[in-house]
Amino acid sequence: MSTNPTNDAHGASNSGKKAPAGERVADWADGRLGIYSLAKANMRKIFPDHWSFMLGEICMYSFIIIILTGVYLTLFFHPSMNEVEYTGSYVPLQGQLMSEAFNSTMHISFDVRGGLLIRQIHHWAALIFLAGMFVHMMRVFFTGAFRKPREVNWLFGFLLFVLGMFTGFTGYSLPDDLLSGTGVRFMQGAILSVPVVGTYLSMFLFGGEFPGGDFVARFYSVHILLLPGIMLGLMVAHLILVFYHKHTQFAGPGKSNKNVVGMPLLPVYMAKAGGFFFLVFGVIAVISAIASINPIWAIGPYRPDQVSTGAQPDWYMGFSEGLIRVMPGWEINLWGHTLVLGVFIPLMIVFPLILVVIAVYPFIEAWVTGDKREHHILDRPRNAPTRTAFGVAWITWYLICLIGGGNDLWATHFHLSINAITWFVRIAFFVGPVIAFIVTKRICLGLQRRDRDKVLHGRESGIIKRLPHGEFIEIHEPLGKDQLHTLTAHEQYKPVEIGPTVDENGVERKVTGSQKLRAKLSKGYYGEDSQIPKPTAEEYKEITSGHGHH
Amino acid sequence: MKKLSARRRHPLAAVVVLLLALAATGGLYAAFAPADKAQADDTAQSLAIDEGKKLYAVGCSSCHGTGGQGSSDGPSLVGVGAAAVDFQVGTGRMPLQQQGAQAPKKKVIYNQAQIDQLAAYISSLGAGPSVPTEKQYSPDGADIAKGGELFRTNCAQCHNFTGKGGALTHGKYAPSLEDVSPKHIYEAMQTGPQNMPSFPDTTMPEKEKKDIIAYLDAVNGEKTESPGGLELGGLGPVSEGLFGWIFGLGSLIAVAVWVAARTAKAKKS
Repeated sequence: MSTNPTNDAHGASNSGKKAPAGERVADWADGRLGIYSLAKANMRKIFPDHWSFMLGEICMYSFIIIILTGVYLTLFFHPSMNEVEYTGSYVPLQGQLMSEAFNSTMHISFDVRGGLLIRQIHHWAALIFLAGMFVHMMRVFFTGAFRKPREVNWLFGFLLFVLGMFTGFTGYSLPDDLLSGTGVRFMQGAILSVPVVGTYLSMFLFGGEFPGGDFVARFYSVHILLLPGIMLGLMVAHLILVFYHKHTQFAGPGKSNKNVVGMPLLPVYMAKAGGFFFLVFGVIAVISAIASINPIWAIGPYRPDQVSTGAQPDWYMGFSEGLIRVMPGWEINLWGHTLVLGVFIPLMIVFPLILVVIAVYPFIEAWVTGDKREHHILDRPRNAPTRTAFGVAWITWYLICLIGGGNDLWATHFHLSINAITWFVRIAFFVGPVIAFIVTKRICLGLQRRDRDKVLHGRESGIIKRLPHGEFIEIHEPLGKDQLHTLTAHEQYKPVEIGPTVDENGVERKVTGSQKLRAKLSKGYYGEDSQIPKPTAEEYKEITSGHGHH
Repeated sequence: MKKLSARRRHPLAAVVVLLLALAATGGLYAAFAPADKAQADDTAQSLAIDEGKKLYAVGCSSCHGTGGQGSSDGPSLVGVGAAAVDFQVGTGRMPLQQQGAQAPKKKVIYNQAQIDQLAAYISSLGAGPSVPTEKQYSPDGADIAKGGELFRTNCAQCHNFTGKGGALTHGKYAPSLEDVSPKHIYEAMQTGPQNMPSFPDTTMPEKEKKDIIAYLDAVNGEKTESPGGLELGGLGPVSEGLFGWIFGLGSLIAVAVWVAARTAKAKKS
């Protein structure tokens, strides 16, 4: 930013003809906002090309779509639980008593121009936003993009996912329909199950006995102001950190831990990202125009004395539903107080546990490896078998809970006994992740062996050759230098050793429990059974020099 | 009076009193007993019962017993009424193909005339709810909104919000109410087939049954429109979530792959 008059003098010196309009606007803005240096630093910022790096964009764009459509919905929604009689145009509900919240949602759906489409875009975009975050998070996880320096950004992303879950929950509870009301009751049950303070918390949150007359208005503030406000801030911080750290890239020729190979932000990525926004908007709009979501008119207004079968939450809360459905109904009675373990354990202990496990994983891995260096080159999932296996085990755990959440639909659609499904989930909850871990690790090691084989012996060409003495061999085509580099660029850790416990003077060193645990975990990560040594240059030379085919 | 009291101890006095008492009881019965029952045993009705009995002996007696008394394979049919027969046989649930958690709806084996004959035979075994008339079950003139409220209060906990059905324990289920005729819905409420509780007129008057039928016709009938587009089975968030993941996120990822493949690099080569 410069306010000195030389600028004007400079402008005056050229004054035969005026500068182009664009330049003058840019000059005006630079003089006040200092955009020149900002643009200079960032216009040529490089981003690498890979479809999986666009998953985060899907999330960002669907979030923007949610905000835009959400603003439209607030223009017509009345967050009130006052009881009114329905007089709108949907016949099967005419004359029914309902809250103003439900009534206004019916009004939006049937009597506001474009209301139903906007509602459906808002809801579909929310499902896709959460699904996008889930996949984006898994991309980051399986490629090891959470390693230093990006651990904090991993936590920001995780928080966005969890806050997104609760923003979604408070959002779909707003219409005060029979389905979401059942969900709110479910949540109230979880709060009530907390020992000592549960009843007080519930009374505080609902302003008295459930359902009271307050929760819609309260959820409304939380849904449209508090949570999205925090999420917007976190998202900006998330993006600033992406800019600050620069984007990660997959290994390849010319790519190192110190550079970024790709295309500049302007013009290539601005065009791509801008275009992608409209593609995302378009896909979500088409889906919303084709498929119905949350048809509250069919569900009916909430009344605490009514309930329907098939009452499930939106998918991102589905695992909590599964936990509660398969948990045995344990409870303990102590001096006239009931401790409802059947609700408290799944919703107040296991639910947060499932989320926290994945959130803290980067820190656990950093501690086990003891690696303090920065990583900007991504791992291929097969080259980090233990991490990949852990991730797949976690996803399996999550999916098993989802199966439990939809146990009634599994039962009706596949003609199974709901009790059998529940027992399957109870057992698979403990066994499933273990099996998934072992199987995934084996598959990763197998793929590593194949890579090693490809590097040392080349690609199978499919050509069978018969030698003069009658032997048949398959011709292997040696890989190019690019591929050789890509397949061997990854680094292989050595397991951490505790080292000699007695030093050269014969003084015994104390080995703490955590050191022992770390050595054990490290051996599990990088021991003989957990990675296939990648081919060395010597091995490669020895095989390729001289006697051609093995 | 003297004469009467003098013969009080006559050996035949007891017989005379007994005869008088019998005559009084029989006379009272003849005067007050429902006339139609007494007259039912002529012509068409008794023919129908005879025909029904024959059909019963062939198709039903192996499980329900030769006289409808029931066996270890099937419940007694005494007192279930014509409505129960019309529902069970008319929806193909009976005759049962195999024992299981629940009798599924399947192809109807008997024609309506045969079903009526079976019903006549079963109702001759003991009084029960009769087949409703069209005036009783037709949705015309009923209060749809009231029916919706009744449905959500009494039916939705098993049959889902709009009657798409739901799971019960150990492989049992509440079936979907789509394409079920109003008569059969009425009979089901009246008789409580399989695992369903019955809603006799004392707990749910005829008018309310009509309202429920009208509601189902409005939200789950042939003419029902889905204002939001594809219904996705009407099963709620599970099918919505699946659709969102597969078609929503799926197509967005496909688009992302497409965009990423179209890079500026392509021009160089």
